[in-house]
Amino acid sequence: MTETSMQIDSSSQNPRITWEGCSVLLDINDGDRLVFARLNAGSTLKIGDKKCSLQPLIDCPFGSMFQVEVGQKGPHLCRIFAADADDQTAVLQENEEIQQNERKDNRALVDDNTAQTLSFEDINAMKREGAAGRQIVDALIANSSTYMTKTAFSQEKYKLKKQKKYAPKVLLRRPFTRSISEAYFKKYPARVGFLRMDVLSLLLSVANVSAYSDVLVVDMVGGILTGAVAERLGGTGHVCNTYFGVTPYPMEIVRIFNFNNEICRRIVRFPFSDLSLPEINDPGHSEVVENTMSAEMLSNSDEAPAPSSGGLPKSEEQMIQQAEDPVNNEEPAPSIDENSASSVVNAGKSQQPGKKATKEAITSWKQNGFSSLIIAAPDLDPWTVVQELLPHLSYSAPFAIYHQYLQPLASCMHNLQTARMAIGLQISEPWLREYQVLPSRTHPCMQMSGFGGYILNGIRICNNEVSIKPSSV
Amino acid sequence: MMLAIDPMQKLSFKRQISNGDLVIVYERHDIMKPVKVCEGSELQNRFGVFKHSDWIGRPFGSKVLSSKGGFVYLLAPTPELWTLALSHRTQILYIADITFVVSYLEVIPGCLVLESGTGSGSLTTSLARAVAPTGHVYTFDFHEQRATQAREDFEKTGVSSLITVGVRDIQGEGFPDEFCGRADSVFLDLPQPWLVIHSAGKMLKQDGVLCSFSPCIEQVQRSCETLTTSFTDIRTFEILLRTYEVREVNLEHGGVDDIGSPGPSLPCKRRQRSRGSTNGVEKSGSSVPMANPCGESRGYTGYLTFARLKCV
Repeated sequence: MTETSMQIDSSSQNPRITWEGCSVLLDINDGDRLVFARLNAGSTLKIGDKKCSLQPLIDCPFGSMFQVEVGQKGPHLCRIFAADADDQTAVLQENEEIQQNERKDNRALVDDNTAQTLSFEDINAMKREGAAGRQIVDALIANSSTYMTKTAFSQEKYKLKKQKKYAPKVLLRRPFTRSISEAYFKKYPARVGFLRMDVLSLLLSVANVSAYSDVLVVDMVGGILTGAVAERLGGTGHVCNTYFGVTPYPMEIVRIFNFNNEICRRIVRFPFSDLSLPEINDPGHSEVVENTMSAEMLSNSDEAPAPSSGGLPKSEEQMIQQAEDPVNNEEPAPSIDENSASSVVNAGKSQQPGKKATKEAITSWKQNGFSSLIIAAPDLDPWTVVQELLPHLSYSAPFAIYHQYLQPLASCMHNLQTARMAIGLQISEPWLREYQVLPSRTHPCMQMSGFGGYILNGIRICNNEVSIKPSSV
Repeated sequence: MMLAIDPMQKLSFKRQISNGDLVIVYERHDIMKPVKVCEGSELQNRFGVFKHSDWIGRPFGSKVLSSKGGFVYLLAPTPELWTLALSHRTQILYIADITFVVSYLEVIPGCLVLESGTGSGSLTTSLARAVAPTGHVYTFDFHEQRATQAREDFEKTGVSSLITVGVRDIQGEGFPDEFCGRADSVFLDLPQPWLVIHSAGKMLKQDGVLCSFSPCIEQVQRSCETLTTSFTDIRTFEILLRTYEVREVNLEHGGVDDIGSPGPSLPCKRRQRSRGSTNGVEKSGSSVPMANPCGESRGYTGYLTFARLKCV
């Protein structure tokens, strides 16, 4: 096999080891709690009642697992290796065959709270003596009168439950579109406009987001769309984030990605009115500035609560929260906030994404058109938006519109058809089902997300020729 | 050219069709054909005869006429259009699966991706788009002729610099050693994927992601059992796409619109389409675009199992 022109120096774009100042996703106890954090020397994370420094997570490979250990220095995070973590699966596998034949069931189970003979005080005493979480779990098992009557699968479940409480585990994850999107949808769906990860992926595909393309984006979903497009462009082309009115839409989620300077530089913002302005060298028309659309949008976005604004239910705040940062201790924001981001700038590391697009760039887009368009604006009417934006798209360029309601997309599709502005129009809705796959126990998961959003997509056409009546299409 | 590999040939636009370009000839949303533009050639279909020479110089996205006055649209190729238009040599993966696989495998520019088998190259083309401009997809099929056809297709669509097609029985021999510890992601579409999981694990970088596509649950079961030894975060999904039809519907009130004065309705009058009418009297009978799911739809494609290589 020949290695064609391939230089895989992805180290800068696709790092697999953490560094100081790096943004990470911490998965605590198998998805029970998801925390976005930045690894600074002083950052800490509270797990249960213990506050741990995140320092041990620096310079570790993504995918590493950590456990809370209580030593002389107090509680700290300690890396555990696959070999240690392995034995539980091995045990489960061994038990597999026995279990297929065993006839244990819950006929003898009486839920009278007497099965556990170890008391709260006993456990606390163990903790005071510095027992490791694992030892407490073993003691609990030894003192449970029902443990031996459980099936192997049920024993495993019991053990896992106790482990989560007494020996919590922290998994170090890369903040990618996949993980960020899943985390937000799971714990904080309103902030991303109820846009599910598979629906976001579909937007990127049908809009043909590819290297060197200039993607026009309306992102009113907290920046998850802007970030996802930027990740796909990998420092080529542009994410052209436009907004109606004078205030850019918030895009704080972009900072959770570990984008390098080049990628950040490619994320630019500009008000839609800049695109609709006549050419600068044509001062005669400069009076026609604010079109009705922009004015309408302005009032609209003023009224609509910004997706990033506070006032969230307390429980949600706790689930996705920022690890405590010494800079910003009082108010744990649900994502990495300005403070921690700028502290990274001080370290001479990153460029802020979302700079204003240059006049030259805007002029070039006005002349050449954008290579694709993605709209994720749950509070705006799709037809109003798309009839303004579509003319700025190149001919044959694809577009995709996300909405959480079907009706506005249906009207939009009908209008696009009637006005013959686009072909290949389709409204679709992905349906995603996860499975539990275990020996003799495979079935769809009991809980699923019933809805992740609708997409209307199509291709802009050139209709210069309207000579004959349509006989097809 | 489907993808811009260097910034000079950037996909930006008002691009004109020239001799030698690949265009997707769009008849209907479900009838599309890839055509290489060749001065002097003709395209013949149910709408008549189209001269390629009439197409040259027109922008992509144009409507072009046949000798009989019928028309088609000429579109620039994208991986999605290609998937709809390509000749199916094997069962192919469809857009919802492809899209989910690319995202879940965390494929981004610069990645090295391994795939087996190549099949009709539908997923391969989307993977190439995701790794462009600096990454590479190495795809393997044990079928010599299929590999050759795939290579020809990638040449035609202009993605060949991003894809290398190898002929190899991956299930029997595993992936070539030269990729040991270098792959960011691995995709398997094989009848007995569990035979390759060990090899795939050797190819992956730490924390790299594997995906296996299988049509049967028994295959999934065996794969998952094998995966537990060196992989973590093992998850199995099924993804389908529900599509909607939109049409104008005129719902009648059946004589109950005048509350308090139930009388005989005038259905004939109301049935007249009065699109855009804002006349107060006629308003109740005006038609509205409405959506409902398409009656026929694909009910199943396959199971997608993902897993992440454990950190040692």
